[in-house]
Amino acid sequence: MIDTIRARGQLLCGVSTGLAGFAQPNSQGVWAGFDVDYCRAVAIAIFGTEQNRVRYVPTTAQVRFTALQSGEVDMLSRNTTWTLSRDTSLGLDFTATNFYDGQGFMVKRSLGVTAARQLDGATICVQPGTTTEQNLADWARSVRVNIRPVVIERLEDNIAAYLAGRCDAYTTDVSGLAASRSAQQVPADHVILPDVISKEPLGVLVRHGDQRFADLVRWVHFGLLAAEEFGITAENAAGLATTDNRPEVQRILGRTGGLGQMMGVDNAWMLNVIRTLGNYGEISTRNLAPLGLQRGPNALWTTPGGLQYAPPFR
Amino acid sequence: MSDTAIDPRYGTKPPKRPLRLSWGDERVRGIVYQILVVGIVGSIAYWLFSNTMHNLEVRRIATGWGFLEREAGLPIAEFLIPYDPTDTYLRALQVGVLNTLKVAVIGIVLATILGTILGVLKLSKNWLVSRVVGAYIEIVRDLPLLLQLLFWYALLQGLPGPRQAIHPATGVFLSNRGLKLPFFEWEGPHNWALLLMLIGAVGTYFYRRAARAKQMADGQPRAIWPAATVMMLVVPLGAWYAMGAPFTPDIPALRGFNFQGGLTVSPEFFALLLGLTLYTAGFIAEIVRAGILSVSQGQWEAAEALGLPRGRVMNLVVLPQALRVIIPPMTSQFLNITKNSSLAVAIGYQDIVSIANTTLNQTGQAIEGIAIIMVVYLTISLSISLFMNWYNSKIALVER
Amino acid sequence: MSITTDSLPVAPRLAPALSVGWLGWVRANLFSSWLNSLVTIALAYFIVKYAIGFVDWAFVNAIWSVPNDAAGRPDTSSCRDNKGLGACWAVINEKHRFMLFGTYPYEQHWRPAVVCVLFVGLYIVSAMRRFWRMELALIWAAVLTVIAVLMWGGVLGMPYVPQERWGGLPITLILATFGLAFAFPLAILVALGRRSKLPAIKALCVLYVELIRGVPLISLLFMASVMFPLFLPEGMNIDKLLRAQIAIILFAGAYLAEVVRGGLQALSKGQYEAAEALGLSYWQKTGLIILPQALRLVIPPLVNTFIGFFKDTSLVLIIGIFDLLTAGKTAIIEPMWQGFAVEVYVTIGLIYFVFCFAMSQYSAKLESELNHGRRR
Repeated sequence: MIDTIRARGQLLCGVSTGLAGFAQPNSQGVWAGFDVDYCRAVAIAIFGTEQNRVRYVPTTAQVRFTALQSGEVDMLSRNTTWTLSRDTSLGLDFTATNFYDGQGFMVKRSLGVTAARQLDGATICVQPGTTTEQNLADWARSVRVNIRPVVIERLEDNIAAYLAGRCDAYTTDVSGLAASRSAQQVPADHVILPDVISKEPLGVLVRHGDQRFADLVRWVHFGLLAAEEFGITAENAAGLATTDNRPEVQRILGRTGGLGQMMGVDNAWMLNVIRTLGNYGEISTRNLAPLGLQRGPNALWTTPGGLQYAPPFR
Repeated sequence: MSDTAIDPRYGTKPPKRPLRLSWGDERVRGIVYQILVVGIVGSIAYWLFSNTMHNLEVRRIATGWGFLEREAGLPIAEFLIPYDPTDTYLRALQVGVLNTLKVAVIGIVLATILGTILGVLKLSKNWLVSRVVGAYIEIVRDLPLLLQLLFWYALLQGLPGPRQAIHPATGVFLSNRGLKLPFFEWEGPHNWALLLMLIGAVGTYFYRRAARAKQMADGQPRAIWPAATVMMLVVPLGAWYAMGAPFTPDIPALRGFNFQGGLTVSPEFFALLLGLTLYTAGFIAEIVRAGILSVSQGQWEAAEALGLPRGRVMNLVVLPQALRVIIPPMTSQFLNITKNSSLAVAIGYQDIVSIANTTLNQTGQAIEGIAIIMVVYLTISLSISLFMNWYNSKIALVER
Repeated sequence: MSITTDSLPVAPRLAPALSVGWLGWVRANLFSSWLNSLVTIALAYFIVKYAIGFVDWAFVNAIWSVPNDAAGRPDTSSCRDNKGLGACWAVINEKHRFMLFGTYPYEQHWRPAVVCVLFVGLYIVSAMRRFWRMELALIWAAVLTVIAVLMWGGVLGMPYVPQERWGGLPITLILATFGLAFAFPLAILVALGRRSKLPAIKALCVLYVELIRGVPLISLLFMASVMFPLFLPEGMNIDKLLRAQIAIILFAGAYLAEVVRGGLQALSKGQYEAAEALGLSYWQKTGLIILPQALRLVIPPLVNTFIGFFKDTSLVLIIGIFDLLTAGKTAIIEPMWQGFAVEVYVTIGLIYFVFCFAMSQYSAKLESELNHGRRR
């Protein structure tokens, strides 16, 4: 797979069709966002540079798995939740959780709702074909709340329906809610309820059966985490690569250990990635902080409440 | 002598020539062509099939119909049979099929009525009326249905919220949550009354046939409406009264976020029905107009000369003849409504396409999902075709 | 006495003023009875009332452009205050290039624009009867090739534009026109096959036509987007637009086949028999005698079917392909422009209407001309 990508000269990366902070084309038509940075990181690890090395393929919720299964894309970096049935019955592999999310609700402030349980009898907009839809049904059943779903295919139609007042509440991952809210003219008119009704571990998917490529994608993520842990940043990476004497930092940055070769890429793979994109913390700050998202569980394990943990580089 | 009685052109078949094994023989060529075409199509099909099988295996994609028994967990907004997210995928798909049938059947009835009215109006002698109808027909026919649906849905969403709902009469509310109508609590006796009414309708049909037969025999027309009233109204109402005349009005009222009680027409269903009806009525109007024009003016004049009033001329003389021209293209319009109802997926009405689509998305079993959609539509299409063909042959001109 | 009066020349009596001229027309067509008069007046009242309302909304109270705010972004608050009173055409003003050409590189927009003009030119040339010759097929092939070159680029100094970035009106025109161009030969073969005496070929054609006509286009498009990838061998891939195009060709092929079959059936039996009597082979007979006549007969219904496909290409919205309608919907995702769907739909509707109306008028005219010729 890595050889195929190298021969082709481009990484085909499936992203979402437009989700602020995670993947969206800017006004010049250039893709940017958290998920997009993972495409770039993998491309850099393989090619040493990202210039013209990534081709973004926007995928809808419905065709994302097919696109990956059929080889239309090499990897899927697109807010996709890791579940048992998806992992086992789709012929795909989840590499690692690069973002811990959870499903929440957004309502208009004028409604005066402060907790999800008060939504009894409410009409709720939800996108079909996602875990969101099933979570909503599960939650309503478990807390005995009666809801009326409005199930609309396209994301923007969902938001439009919510804004038009067709629904009292709009439900999706909290990160998505924050993105929609921050995009409004007066974000303060909308409230994201404190209740989070599900676990949504989001990560990059690859096709089942090519462990080497899966390993690479997984360890690029761990590399970004480790870089944050050891204080390697876009600015100081090149300097640390020659001066730092901590053994693990030397191994991450490719001065010793030959870890890159074990995976079939250049030993300076992580150095190149970090030099261009920064570490996990920097990627997160650049893309998600403007949406008003806190690190929360996505902080490193060394911070209280943090879940992001990288296995040792050795 | 008997020889001359048989016209040599239509008589016996030409003697069957023995098959010559040469390219010059038409039948040999035919067989070779057929083998060739079937072979090519068959091998393409086999190639696709084996690729699919290989891909399914390599990609470890689950196959089979086991998922139908699993819990669906998908919320559905509108259902005709009781449904809960804990039910199976099979149940969810059944709900979807019924939702498709619901919008298709109501759409067919409304589009036929509206289309017929418009078709007759297009022939109106009033210049303004025929021009306005003509403009309407041209506009709806020249815009994509999907665009029209999105337009209606956007308009309906622009209605005021439930707290500022338009409230023209008691229990009637129009808001961006849909149309709310007063209804009554459905109880056991209502089922019986409905059943009796259906039996009455069948009875009326047979009564009408008998009356017609008698009219043919003695020339006396017999009124049908008294018997129809008794069978379809008096008897069911009497039964309902005898069972205690239960009637609890169910008037919608604003409670919490939304209206509770009453009958709901959701904006999604309403937009779909409105779009389908207005669009298809434009096509039906043209068909009806062409059908009426196909009946020659002489038929009108002859019938009027017999002293028949204008309404009866239409009913007894013109319509039966026009119907023969109208029915075949009308059948394809009915099929179109049914197929076009699949656009529901774009505006959030959960028909079979929407639900099968979600199912294939959640289970990852694309082939089964698409197969379900196709089988459902083929079945519906075939049923409509068969019914309309039967009706068509029934009204077809019986030639001597 | 009677004789004398009879023999006197009498000036012919004039028709009553109310039965001739424009007054007579008005009376006969608008006020022929009291019921008719009532209907006319009521209808005229509503037309005038709604026409005034529409003109107010679309022109008098409309806002054509909006100022930028401090951050340089358009400030749409004036449009929001005006909602319900007047249209906000500023959204079209701001987004029209995106709606027409989608995400195609901005500085290269002249290419899709030329493509649209070429398509319109192709339609006009095809509509002229003096071009109804075999050369028309060559013209089509040439123009479609030029269009492909313009869209992709990569030669003659035009930078390469991958298919993922195409969008808007060109996609609609491409899907409809390429659909017709490829479905037409397929349809002729299937129509001939359906009338063939060879049972296996006939059965295959009937199966294909009835299967496709029995299911909605959406299900074929879903099939193209989620099932086609499974049909192909590993490593072989065709992109999303091409898959949708194939689905549309298969769909169009079945409907066109029925249209062509209608033409074949309308041809008198004598033509077939005469051709056979000349000793022509099946293909000579079909190519030289039958098809030239049958295809001429079916041109009006062919145009009508084409109008249908033209409208139906909008369904690719559902599988996420960037045609005119999708581009219009995507244009108003941006938060400040959210809520101006009606203006966008009206504009897109106008574009579709211009194309479809022109084609349907043309087909009606053609039909009456052809019928006229035959009736003589």
